[in-house]
Amino acid sequence: MMIPVECYYALSALLFFIGVYGFVTRRNLIAMLISIELVLNAVDINFAAFNRLLFPGLNEGFFMTLFSIGVSAAESAVAIAIILNVYRNFKSDTVDSISEMKN
Amino acid sequence: MGNIIMFCILAVVILGSAIMCVTTKRIMRAATFLLFVLFGVAGLYFLLDYTYLGAAQIAVYAGGVTMIYVFAIQLVSKRTLQGMVENLKQSRLLAGALLSLVGLATVLMVAMKNEFIFRAAEVNDVEVPMRTIGLALVGSEKYQYVLPFEFISLFLLACIIGALVVSRKIKED
Repeated sequence: MMIPVECYYALSALLFFIGVYGFVTRRNLIAMLISIELVLNAVDINFAAFNRLLFPGLNEGFFMTLFSIGVSAAESAVAIAIILNVYRNFKSDTVDSISEMKN
Repeated sequence: MGNIIMFCILAVVILGSAIMCVTTKRIMRAATFLLFVLFGVAGLYFLLDYTYLGAAQIAVYAGGVTMIYVFAIQLVSKRTLQGMVENLKQSRLLAGALLSLVGLATVLMVAMKNEFIFRAAEVNDVEVPMRTIGLALVGSEKYQYVLPFEFISLFLLACIIGALVVSRKIKED
């Protein structure tokens, strides 16, 4: 008994837009970063499920997901470093506080 | 049959945790719910018989990335742990919800009208052998990935050094 690929598609689309919602509504930098992780995971589900269910002989989606996991780990490390620096300079962790670079 | 029940449980866990993650007021709870989402996604990989991917997901994401988040939360926002109320504007919430719903409707419509999803092949419940993964990661033929593999190791190193440089405390003298 196989799960149809539409189910994976719908699940990942829902997860993606939950992440988008969080990214648009949140003002806290770390909360925004967490929303980005949700989006990345939605994309990873798609890669893996399409590879498995539509092209079972190949492994491209598998490796794409693997590399995406690695890249997102690196991305979050750098982003956390930047957020720590922002907090040190502006004494706040919301995006509204970073207005010094404007004008 | 078991597959479908498992998928439903995982879907409920993932979507419920994700919604809680983006709506909860406390940042620490958001990180915890993110952990549940990541475990659910790892469960999906196991369900697809990509056990290696599931293991990598748990090790890198659940073990590494959420730890970074927890440390960052502890370092950055002492106040938020005591239940900081984000002053969310109603209009912003509405705009975000509208944007997400419109995007979701578009994506689902495009997907369901598409033909490719009916091409789903019947796959046996066999996992990708470890030997295939290893050979593909270090081979340089077509469909083999030594270059991205090496690149990503360098990239991780560069990111770690970059993170250290950026977050280093500059001594004032």
